Formats: sequence, structure tokens, C-alpha cells
Amino acid sequence: MPLIIHLPAVLARLAGGNRQLTVEGRTVGEAVGQVSAAYPGLSERLRDGQGRPYPYVTIYLNDRDIRLAGGFDTPVSDGDELIVVPAVAGG
Amino acid sequence: MNAQDAQDAPDAQDAHLTREELQRYSRHLLLPEFGEEGQRRLRGSSVLIVGAGGLGSPLALYLAAAGVGHIGLVDFDLVDASNLQRQVLYGTSDVGSRKLEAGSRRLRDLNPHVRITTHDTRLTSGNALEIFRGYDVVADGTDNFATRYLVNDACVLLGIPNAYGSIFRFDGQASVFAAPGGPCYRCVFPEPPPPGQVPSCAEGGVLGVLPGMVGVLQATEVIKLVTGIGEPLVGRLLLVDALTASFRTVLLRRDPSCPACGTRSLTELADYEQFCGTGERQPATGSREITPSELAVRIGRGEDLDVVDVRERHEWDIARIPGARLIPLGELPRRLEELDRSREIVVHCKSGARSARAVALLEESGFERVVNLAGGIARWSQEVDSTMPRY
Repeated sequence: MPLIIHLPAVLARLAGGNRQLTVEGRTVGEAVGQVSAAYPGLSERLRDGQGRPYPYVTIYLNDRDIRLAGGFDTPVSDGDELIVVPAVAGG
Repeated sequence: MNAQDAQDAPDAQDAHLTREELQRYSRHLLLPEFGEEGQRRLRGSSVLIVGAGGLGSPLALYLAAAGVGHIGLVDFDLVDASNLQRQVLYGTSDVGSRKLEAGSRRLRDLNPHVRITTHDTRLTSGNALEIFRGYDVVADGTDNFATRYLVNDACVLLGIPNAYGSIFRFDGQASVFAAPGGPCYRCVFPEPPPPGQVPSCAEGGVLGVLPGMVGVLQATEVIKLVTGIGEPLVGRLLLVDALTASFRTVLLRRDPSCPACGTRSLTELADYEQFCGTGERQPATGSREITPSELAVRIGRGEDLDVVDVRERHEWDIARIPGARLIPLGELPRRLEELDRSREIVVHCKSGARSARAVALLEESGFERVVNLAGGIARWSQEVDSTMPRY
């Protein structure tokens, strides 16, 4: 099922400059896996060596935190949007 | 602490506005949702701004202009020329001055009705609760993860809402944490990234107007919290993308397992440098540091050193250490064969963080003679070559 992943500028650099990626997958984890395969540099910013989400990169399915749904196992539907929000600390 | 009170500041929330205040705040008074009641609430409020930098500047200026009765500022730094691109609280003549002296001077000129309290110190676990106590709202304008977790936890422990803002390069975030019933920073980011993974603005850069955009959002939230108008950003995280001019809001929920606001197992402030891994740096096994002065002496003696600069090319174009060669950190893993394992390698970046990652990478790859340049080229420009451009 096609869905869109939105990346902040800082991560878009690791995805060939793309701010939006259209991917396929039945779960958030599958979608993340697909972009990780396409962009290895981005992969390590989205999931750890065991393929788990980081506690400092929050992913929202539409506008809801996937941690409060089912993490990477959260099912996705056609047209869903994933928003990647890494922790930043600048001020 | 250096408390400086403006004269004739009426701080009783219920006293009528003076003739002068009526004139100054007339555009607020004309707002039906705001009115004199809202202005009196602002006048009766105490707001603490942590960090008088990119975010703290617009926060302080707009909150002073709006008529917040008491503003506290926490910072320990001096004004640097590189601050002026975004820290609009300061002018060129302030370079070298203490930020809080220059900042409070500017704020008193902007609005003499505002009482300014300066906390010219580094915020720590030892002083945060004492400094925060008594303020109605805290605005987090700090520039590192350790202080952000400290600000969050102190706000949760004391029950003070935290008007949060954070920026990096072209992206910004804003929310209100630790409000009654709402989530806190730890609910969103339970743990910080490992040190070095997310560069600071000093290393990675920031668009100068971005802290203006985000700091003004924070100031707006402070005003809403204090006056009770509108819907504060509680339970929502506002994402600002300066490049695409887009604003997006995602929903936040209090995490029942959050040690700060959920289980409340966190009952006192912790060691945040240790939590963020940014405390006393533990060099990887066998790795060493060298100071710029020591390196200059060794280069002068003609010793055989391979000085590797792991910054980006646009930084290399600004300034470089003579004899160094450029291998940006991102390219290092695939360019290891360009390095001679038998030679001593000195790695440097702008201030030492990226090069520490490079040292770790090289050591993991079996290099045994790797040294990190402490303080990077920034410290070199202070210790060795004062003519070198700084950025």
C-alpha cells in the first residue's frame, strides 16, 4: 500500500535530497525498511542495528506517535503519511 | 544572582493600569479577548527564559515588549560576533560583554516597566529548582540536550509549564510541556541521541531567522498561558520547516511509563551530562587528545603527522590548518584506504565533536595511532593562529 514518508531537511540530505518518499508496506516497519534499503545512510538514522525504533527519533503515522499504537508493527493504509521527527536541541 | 529591579514597576495584578501603561499597551487593550484584564495578568506574571541566545532573544524582546511584569534570564556566556546573525537581543557594540548585562540593558530600554532578574550562571541540577521556583512559566531556549532534560524535569517536579522551542538548520519544533494533564519532553523523546550524532548549531549551522520564528512561537505560547486566552500547544508538537514554509502539528500524549510525568519515579534532578553521555569524555581505548599548541610545536619540529580534517568542504574553504587534508566525516568510512596505518593521524573538525566520532571510527577499524585535536580548528584559531578566520 503506497504511503508517503515526510523527512525533515536534516534527514532529506541522506535520501538524495528528497523531502517526501513514496513507499509501499503493510506496516510502519515495512515502510521504514523499504526506505532504509534504498538509502543506507538514512537507515541508521531511522532504526537501530536490530531494526528497532530509536527513543530520540519519533515517527508519527498521520499525526499520531507510533509508539502509542504498535511501534513498527503499526498497520498502515493507502495514502497514510509518516512524519519523521528527530530530536534536535539547538537554541 | 544579580537582581535588578526597574523602578516604579507596578506588580500587583489587580491594580489598574497607569496612564502610561494604557498608552503603551493600547493595541493589546483593543483586543476584546485580551483587554485590560489580559494586560494586568501579563503584568502580574513571572517568566523565566533559559538561554539568552537565538531563541531567548526574540522571547525576551517580545515578552518585555508585551508587558510581562517580571522576566528572569539564565545564561553564563559572553556575546560573540557569530551570535549577531540571529541573537537580535544584542548589537555589535555588545560583542565581548556578558550576555545578561547587555540583554537586560536592551530590555530595560525597550520597556522600563518590566522587572528583570539575571541568573548569570550555568543551569545545573544543583541550582535549577532554586532558580525556577516562583516563576509562572519557563521558556526553554537552551542549546543542548542535557540542559533540555534538566529544564523538563525541573518543570515537571515544580509543576511549571515549559514553553519549549528547539531548532536545527532549517527545522524547528515548539510545544508546551509539563502543563497540567499534558505530556512532557521525555514523553516525546525518552532518551537523547548519542553525543555527536546530532551536531549543535555551532557545528551544523542554523538559518538565522529560524530561532526568530520559533522563539516568537514560544513567546506566543507564554502569553497565552499567562493570560488564559486561546489554546496553548499542550499535547501538540508544532513542526516548522523554513525551507518549504510549512507548519505541521502532530499530537502528543502523556506516556504512562514516563519516569518524570507518568510513573513519577523521577523524584529529584539527575546527572544530565551522564544521561546524555556528554560529561567527562571517556576517550576510546588507546585514543588520546592533543592541544592545538602541542600540535603546532610538533608540526614545527617537522614530525611525521597526517592531519586529517573531517569537516565539510564549505568549512574547509573558510579556514584550514596548514598541511591538513580534507576527508569529510561522511566519506571517511569508504576512504579508509587513503590513510596509512603506520603513521600517526591527527583528526580535527571545528570544535572536536565530529573528530571524536572519526577517532572512534578509525579505532574500530583497527587504526592504533589516532589522536583527536582538542577544541578543533576553533581552538587552533585562538591558541596558534589568531589571523585565521573564525566561523
